[in-house]
Amino acid sequence: MENHGKNSGTAPEKAKEITVGFGGAAGDGLDKSGNTLATVINRLGLYAISYNSYQSLIRGGHTFLRLRISQRKEKCFGDHLNVLLAMNQDSIERHAPEVNPGGVVIFNSDKISCDPSLLQENVHAIALPFKEVTEGIGKLMPIMQNTMALGALLYLANLAFETLHEVLADIFKHKGEEVIEQNVKVAQGGFDYAEQHFESAKISIPWDFTRIAKPFFSGNAAMAMGAVAGGLKFYSAYPMSPASNILHWLVANSEKCSVLVKQAEDEIAVVNLAIGAGHAGVRSMCATSGGGFALMTEAIGEAAMLETPVVIINVQRGGPSTGLPTKTEQGDLNQAMGASQGDFPRVIMAPKSVTDCYHMAGEALNIAEQFQLPVIILSDLLLGENYETIAPDSWSHDVEIKRGELIREVPEIMENNGGFKRYKFTPSGVSPRPVIGSEGMVYVAASDDHDEDGVLISDVFTNPAIRRKINEKRMRKMDGVVKELEPPKLEGPEDSEVTLISWGSTWGVIQEALEQLQDEGITANQLNFKYLFPLHVKEALEILDKCKTTIVVEVNASGQFARHLRAETGFSCTDTILKYDGEPFEPRLITNRVMGILNKEPLDLRVTEKEAREIGYHYIRVHLRDKLRPAQIVHVTKNGYGEPVWVLKLVDRENGEAKGQLTVGMDTGSTYKWDPLN
Amino acid sequence: MSTVLTPAKEKSKTRKAVVDPDWCAGCGDFGVLKSLKSATTDNGVKPHELLLVSGIGCSSNLPGFFYSYAVHSLHGRALPVATGAKLANHNMKVVITGGDGDGYGIGVGHFIHAMRRNLDLTYIVMDNEIYGLTTGQASPTTAEGHKTKTTPRGNVEKPINPLALALTAGATFVARGFSAQPAQLTSLIEQAMAHKGFALIDVFSPCVTYNKLNTYSWFKERVYKLEDEEPDRDLTDFSAAMTKAMEFDSRIPIGLIYRIEKPTYEDTEPVLLKGPLVDQSLGIKKELFDQLLAVTM
Repeated sequence: MENHGKNSGTAPEKAKEITVGFGGAAGDGLDKSGNTLATVINRLGLYAISYNSYQSLIRGGHTFLRLRISQRKEKCFGDHLNVLLAMNQDSIERHAPEVNPGGVVIFNSDKISCDPSLLQENVHAIALPFKEVTEGIGKLMPIMQNTMALGALLYLANLAFETLHEVLADIFKHKGEEVIEQNVKVAQGGFDYAEQHFESAKISIPWDFTRIAKPFFSGNAAMAMGAVAGGLKFYSAYPMSPASNILHWLVANSEKCSVLVKQAEDEIAVVNLAIGAGHAGVRSMCATSGGGFALMTEAIGEAAMLETPVVIINVQRGGPSTGLPTKTEQGDLNQAMGASQGDFPRVIMAPKSVTDCYHMAGEALNIAEQFQLPVIILSDLLLGENYETIAPDSWSHDVEIKRGELIREVPEIMENNGGFKRYKFTPSGVSPRPVIGSEGMVYVAASDDHDEDGVLISDVFTNPAIRRKINEKRMRKMDGVVKELEPPKLEGPEDSEVTLISWGSTWGVIQEALEQLQDEGITANQLNFKYLFPLHVKEALEILDKCKTTIVVEVNASGQFARHLRAETGFSCTDTILKYDGEPFEPRLITNRVMGILNKEPLDLRVTEKEAREIGYHYIRVHLRDKLRPAQIVHVTKNGYGEPVWVLKLVDRENGEAKGQLTVGMDTGSTYKWDPLN
Repeated sequence: MSTVLTPAKEKSKTRKAVVDPDWCAGCGDFGVLKSLKSATTDNGVKPHELLLVSGIGCSSNLPGFFYSYAVHSLHGRALPVATGAKLANHNMKVVITGGDGDGYGIGVGHFIHAMRRNLDLTYIVMDNEIYGLTTGQASPTTAEGHKTKTTPRGNVEKPINPLALALTAGATFVARGFSAQPAQLTSLIEQAMAHKGFALIDVFSPCVTYNKLNTYSWFKERVYKLEDEEPDRDLTDFSAAMTKAMEFDSRIPIGLIYRIEKPTYEDTEPVLLKGPLVDQSLGIKKELFDQLLAVTM
């Protein structure tokens, strides 16, 4: 498991690390370059963790992929940028100013330029003339500028070139020796050019290459593989971002893993297929995102009523409605809690990391079968679609499979003159469940309420007493579930000033924020909930009652978990830190707001200067054909708009000539006016 | 209420369940239940080898009155539940029963997709051209002009033609029965269950309480048996089948309209070559586990 952070009283040792950003347009090959670099890193024995902000905030169709490379396993993608590989001019404009002192900006100087005024102090512009660097190699595809840049990066980041050589040889193996040689030459060209011209810019990190290769997984792939190890036999899905990669992984490995994968006509079919398969006696699972989950909800109650095991994954994205298909959020807790009519037992869990996705899939399949109920996993885009290096021995093929009371043979003691009671009222609420097709245990599973034998009590034979007892029988399962699941634990020093409370994927970024807070002289710990429903009320209260300042950190607008925690335990937290702009938390943001809360600073929701720039870019893209860029941004209080405003001076992107100004409200964020010059 | 069950052996013979049907006296669904019992006892399908799946509606209550494994699922969702169960254990005989509202209204999306997959399923739709359980609203097969509780000035929507829809969606066995013709209906169910692929039997099953238009006598005046009038029909002729499917006026054909042989979905799914999923081993071997990790390194 992930146990690399030090949370003792002493300051943790800062790891050797570097964060590389790949900026460009879709089609610039960022993913491939990122993957190549990640493979190099993984083979060298280092760790990588990525965050791909696709459909970037800034300019349509543009992508920014961040890859954090470290000697140790990091738990989030951090808040630094040391190297920018810019594939186009936009990326320079947008991201070069973010590169930290001591860093570098690498680009093809035949195509783009880097205005030194964009750079922070002690940031080096690494201009690589593609034609000159690759002279004599032959005719090259434009995309090979990336390979040159990678070569230069390897020199500048003090990484081993021969490993890149090996990786390129593997990638282009199917294209033959000639292509491999060409790629290696281009990479070598970039490496050599950087060595000759930019030696002073070298970031000399003394890496320790263990050269123990490690796997590189996204949460979605981890969840898929974990489910297979946990006995998955049937998977159904309808394509929906950001859950589709689970489908793709399982389709690609379906035969090898003996898992039947079925794409269906809609999510209603998807979940009912999974319920049908689960009912027949195989481990079944399906996945979707919020909108698809909404379509599934009626059937979630059906699964509970039929007492059929099924696992439903919701890889959350920004809502409501179609919302933000390519952006992350933890906005579906309320939906999962409230999915389907009536009261029924359900389990809701949320993985805290990519590594955890693997374990949780198998665990969910176990809980579903042991307790014969629907289990909902709330993952999210951040975990689902982003990749990270998996620490050795984090996973095993040997996953414990607990099938509960699934039977194939008639129980020795039969009741009612040899009849089989499928829904026998038991102390645990769990009744023996035959694999469909087993002899002697024929029964009807009905979505109408029913008695122990499965006979309906909804119509001709209504019966309040039986209704009460079967309702209680079903709900009793929750007592067993809560005992089966591990209660939440405090991570970090017990008597801290601040306790950060989280659920699911924010665990990693908070662990890093704890380190930053410690550097700021604030002791802080984390209470992460993986199991949201049923909640470990007693254990949670024992911890929370001893905490000082309690802050719930979550990626939604209303503090859904803070409310859930209060509803379940009666415990009201001191404050919340919420993010709902589509982008995941960075540790510094949490650290700063924690300090703000401790200093009793009110929450400031005004548009920041950085956000004003983003709003400006949006206007430029939609209304000004991408021809301008924001230059100076000034804050004006007296303006006639009834609120303070940001005034953005827009200039020509090519020559910097002033073109006009854009007025953006600081409170409302409204774009009030575009005043063109002339 | 009494929960004393009939001994299992006895029920295997009669397929009689613990409770009797609660349909209105004279309901067409009695005839369908009787034919289903005859068909399954005649062809030797044991109760535990058969899974009945239904949705919601008067006719969807049928599995409760029949002795076999059954799922009485949600309104309109019988086909996906049945599909999941069939794929999990394709040695089971899977029969879906329901009504026109369940199958052609709320579940029509699943209906079309189940047929184009050609799963080995038998779907019996008790078509009474009305919503009965909810007391008489217009259904997807309610005739144009028919005055119902929700169409007081007469239905303005064109009814669905389930047979034509089935043909175009790729069903490999398309038939129509009439609950007042039990011998033919039993034979159609037997043939449908023996057919390898998706079989639809649309059964005229009059609602004596809420449909005063499409009554037993209304149907009796119109229906004729295809096997009597056209004994030499080519059952694989799609165009001829389509013509029969569209014949819905003063004369309405009942019987088998179309039947072709095609590989079933189960036949083409490689994972099922190793046998039913329910009987396959679970988990992952170390060698494969290592291989799946290695491809990412």
